[in-house]
Amino acid sequence: MYAWLWRMLPGGLGVRLLTATALVAAASAVLWYFVFPLLEPSVALDEVTVQK
Amino acid sequence: MAIPRPTLNRVRALLRTFGELSITAGLVLLLFCAYLLWGTSSYTLRHQASLQEELKAAPQKKEKEKLKIGKAVALLRIPRLGRDYQYAVVEGVDHENLKRGPGHYPGTALPGEVGNFVLSGHRTTYAAPFNRIDELERDDEIVVEAREARYVYRVTSQEVVMPDEIDVLAPVPHKPDIRPIRPTITLSTCHPEYSAEQRLIVYGVLKSTEPREV
Repeated sequence: MYAWLWRMLPGGLGVRLLTATALVAAASAVLWYFVFPLLEPSVALDEVTVQK
Repeated sequence: MAIPRPTLNRVRALLRTFGELSITAGLVLLLFCAYLLWGTSSYTLRHQASLQEELKAAPQKKEKEKLKIGKAVALLRIPRLGRDYQYAVVEGVDHENLKRGPGHYPGTALPGEVGNFVLSGHRTTYAAPFNRIDELERDDEIVVEAREARYVYRVTSQEVVMPDEIDVLAPVPHKPDIRPIRPTITLSTCHPEYSAEQRLIVYGVLKSTEPREV
């Protein structure tokens, strides 16, 4: 999969490296700012209140 | 029996893809853990800045009004946990309130009031304001700076309870039928760290009150 993606990237080694880094950064940002905040409430890692 | 080469190649490709996806999932989970521990803190710190601003700016109120959910109640300081330790307490203990700072249980006593002033705060996520309250010892000070006065409580004890033991919230903790005569404070957070199994509770009683000049 990643080998295939790598082959699909245009340009020489330098350009490919840059594009790949940008893609990873973009994917991480989407996870960090949009996906994780949605998932976080369902993780009962830090329940602090006392209730019935 | 020899397996034909094209079939073998397809199986290899499938296995490789599966491996790559597994590694990716692992990395995403690691990133999620990092988000829980550090990413959530930036949210809290941002809101704390505006809540603390709200406390400074708010004019002196003549009478104690009913607090609105989400509003800043008072500034909490615990000298044992560091000179810089200060959090604005939010009214309400819903998920959304607790993301912004320690929350005050609506309906329990107000700062300095006779009865139980009950707060909950995160232990590991969202800046983890109550991460180290297990280090509090008898007679340590818990300072609550409300708009009208500065209330100093002293720690009396701590214990670990099950999450449904709501008696700890009573005006006199564990004695729901008794009328309170003293102002007390109760802090609750999760226990053990990174778990929702139990609750750590710290109790204190009012030691002194210093009115604030405004």
